[in-house]
Amino acid sequence: MKKKPYVSKMIKEKEFQNLSEVTVRFAGDSGDGMQLTGSQFSDTTAVWGNDLSTLPDYPAEIRAPSGTVYGVSGFQLHFGSMDVHTPGDRPDILVAMNPAAIKKNLPELKAGGMIIANTDAFDAKNLKLAKYETNPLEDNSLEGFEIYPVPITTLTFKALENSELSQKDISRCKNFFALGLMYWLYNRPLDQTIEWIKNKFKNKPEYIEANKSALEAGYNFGENTELFTIRYQVEPAQLPKGVYRSISGNEATALGCLAASVKSGLPLFLGSYPITPATEILQYLSNYKNFGVKTFQAEDEIAGITSAIGASFAGNLALTTTSGPGLALKSEALGLAIMTELPLVVVNVQRGGPSTGLPTKTEQSDLLQAMYGRNGDSPLAVIAASTPSDCFYMAIEAFRLAIKYMCPVILLTDGYLANGSEPWKIPHVSELADIPVKFWSDKETYQTYLRDEFLSRPWAKPGTPGLEHRIGGLEKANITGAVSYDHDNHDLMVKLREQKIQNMVCDIPDLEVTGDEQGELLVLGWGGTFGAITEAVLRCRKAGYNVSQAHLKYLNPMPANTGKVLKSFKKVLIPEINLGQLAMLIKSKFVIPVEQFNLVRGLPFKSSDIEERIIDLLGGKI
Amino acid sequence: MADNIEIKQMKLTAKDFATDQDVRWCPGCGDYSILAQVQRSFPDLVDVKKEDIVWVSGIGCSSRFPYYMDTYGFHGIHGRAPAIATGVKIANPELSVWVATGDGDLLSIGGNHFIHACRKNIDLKVLLFNNRIYGLTKGQYSPTSEKGKKTKTSPFGSVDFPFNPVSLALGAEATFVARCTDRDSKHMQQMIKRAAEHKGIAFIEIYQNCVIFNDGTFDAMTDKAVKDDMLLYMEQGKPLLFGKNKEKGIKIDGAVPSVININENGNSVNDVLIHDEFDLSPVRSTILAHLADSPNFPTPMGVFRQIFRPTVDGEIHRQVKEVKALKGEGDLEKMLFSGNTWEVN
Repeated sequence: MKKKPYVSKMIKEKEFQNLSEVTVRFAGDSGDGMQLTGSQFSDTTAVWGNDLSTLPDYPAEIRAPSGTVYGVSGFQLHFGSMDVHTPGDRPDILVAMNPAAIKKNLPELKAGGMIIANTDAFDAKNLKLAKYETNPLEDNSLEGFEIYPVPITTLTFKALENSELSQKDISRCKNFFALGLMYWLYNRPLDQTIEWIKNKFKNKPEYIEANKSALEAGYNFGENTELFTIRYQVEPAQLPKGVYRSISGNEATALGCLAASVKSGLPLFLGSYPITPATEILQYLSNYKNFGVKTFQAEDEIAGITSAIGASFAGNLALTTTSGPGLALKSEALGLAIMTELPLVVVNVQRGGPSTGLPTKTEQSDLLQAMYGRNGDSPLAVIAASTPSDCFYMAIEAFRLAIKYMCPVILLTDGYLANGSEPWKIPHVSELADIPVKFWSDKETYQTYLRDEFLSRPWAKPGTPGLEHRIGGLEKANITGAVSYDHDNHDLMVKLREQKIQNMVCDIPDLEVTGDEQGELLVLGWGGTFGAITEAVLRCRKAGYNVSQAHLKYLNPMPANTGKVLKSFKKVLIPEINLGQLAMLIKSKFVIPVEQFNLVRGLPFKSSDIEERIIDLLGGKI
Repeated sequence: MADNIEIKQMKLTAKDFATDQDVRWCPGCGDYSILAQVQRSFPDLVDVKKEDIVWVSGIGCSSRFPYYMDTYGFHGIHGRAPAIATGVKIANPELSVWVATGDGDLLSIGGNHFIHACRKNIDLKVLLFNNRIYGLTKGQYSPTSEKGKKTKTSPFGSVDFPFNPVSLALGAEATFVARCTDRDSKHMQQMIKRAAEHKGIAFIEIYQNCVIFNDGTFDAMTDKAVKDDMLLYMEQGKPLLFGKNKEKGIKIDGAVPSVININENGNSVNDVLIHDEFDLSPVRSTILAHLADSPNFPTPMGVFRQIFRPTVDGEIHRQVKEVKALKGEGDLEKMLFSGNTWEVN
């Protein structure tokens, strides 16, 4: 359903220029509401029918000192009338609420890009805080960019001169003015955001009025000012038929876990400790109590996972969520889940490491931790989501594998997927496969470590008469489950635990190749780099390069055909936001040489970076 | 055909709770007594079915306990038993969840889980086997070892000040706190039954003798020859009397306790503090927890405090019920398609 563009009644039409895609970045102080502005623009744009991808980029400090460069919070959004795979390499337009926002974001801005600057914030104090000696809007240092100076704060106050709100509260409405102006510039309707405002402030009518007035004032300013002579039109994309919503990776993960609970018929238990950027999953799931979801905000990461292990023992669908440092703390307990052979899903939203690292930035550097970060031979399944909406399906898949194979499964997502959003064609619940669950009940045949055809042991939950049994971290005798120090039994159990994970190979989809099945170069990725790699490979193929793409969603075990796919190409390039962790796995598993591309900047790849590397490898000219 | 046969639930015996595993504690270990008292008490827990009992433990000699109880059992990792048990209890509130733990397991590596389980009042029964030593690693000082104690890692005497587990539990807002010794089997059984009946966290510190690495550490108060004078058995609503002929009592002036002889200096039993486990104020239970800090005071045994507060496990289930009543049973299809959606035709 195409929405009608919002038409202000009073005003003459300005000239429209059609664009197929645009990358926008909103930037301002941490307290300027840029995340809200960006997500409102995204939601409206999604409903308008564009495909899109977003990248929130904010500091770890909640309210860093205002005006400083390190306090700048940004939100980037790439939308278009074609398929959009990434949040965009370089913004076409920057909305800068203060000088620091320009200082921080100018290096990223496209040559010739637009800057809408809130001139009211360019006073001596803010210029000094941003370490500008002179005003960049006036000293020609921004030559080559199109500057649109707008006194956003003044205009907001003017629009709200009859408001009863405090000066401080009025000033806070300025992001809605900026948003209104952007809606005008890109011809988006206001109704979506007005609805949001009404809902958000439903008990505070004065805030509804003020924010709505600021939004409309921004829109009307665009219409009336001489500053802008052109508006932009980005037609809706051709997306598959269906009902859509905008979804972020963390919300998709939470919904996927909920879906797994519905499809397995097991109540979901989440034991978790707040940690950036995974906290939202705990927040979302805390809301779903009417689905029987039990959330336990634990005293620490270890209690998060051990309570989940206890819940799994008691027959619940057990989940713990975390990020890198938290996964490190959970290592020992993961070993316990492996040893006790209980189903458990661990979602690790990767962030910049090591140690505290870059809490709000993205990275892919926990792959080897997920694979091997435990004492002893301690195999578990590792899978990874490739896009924000894919988190939904991979969360369900994690639970399916955990239950069927009675083992822990680590689902890797990352800060970019977690906070980024995209339009998602909502699946019907009936389209999602059931997750079969079998609790043991027969006391005559029960043995704690009896094996089924997948080598899984029975799940016997407390409360079942006659199945009283003891499990734990000590090695157990296969079949009977008695504590065993027997040498040969230990050798058998170590191998059984590994075999059980490897058995999943028969149960997971093959690695798909996009492009030719064989050829010069395969770009192999995993996790959140999917969009950037897709974009780069598509552009290179269009330019005539012989390059294909494959993306691993199953890291342990890898799909059965992985070796065959890799060996069908003369060269394999593995781009990763780490020092080459998948490259290391591939090299050791398949004994083939690989090319690496590693950039660990706390940001997603730019597709142009990967594109350059592809062209370079294929002997082309950049 | 058999409808004239009266079906009678046979009462379980201590033997029904024994497993086929050989018990592997050192001969003479106090743990045997605890196992025996638990197995003897459990048949009397009328409201609890055997299959609904779960024992959870951490690491240490005490933590082998679940292997010897024919109930559901989970031998966890060091210090984490309260957290594992919390997950079990929240997942299924019908279960009766017990924790067997030691002074190193609960108070050192697991200290954080312990205080939060107390604070949250998780409906767990925690039995602390306190032998004031690390036994399984063969004799290092523990967080309850007395200052100055010589062990393998403190050859010149420990420089650490020890925890008082009862005081710690009271400080962490535990709702049931008691103490007993491995030498007094009847009293221990009473305490176990009291703990089982309590709704909320029930903590029992058990003085447990380690025959190998810390033999006789409690003799100064539990030895037959001295126990009448060195142990004070607290009973609800009764004066705090001790001594061979119950001639001594605890008197409190302000917050300062003293020992009096009720037959001397014009004292009478009326001067002795009446024990009130249910006192909402934590003051008197805390004074009693620290009574033996001074050398001439007896060590209290029995229930220090029992108060009633909603459990977090119960509250979680209450909220689930309330939100279901308010919003209706969750409908995933409806939820996925709610909010800001749009249709592409």
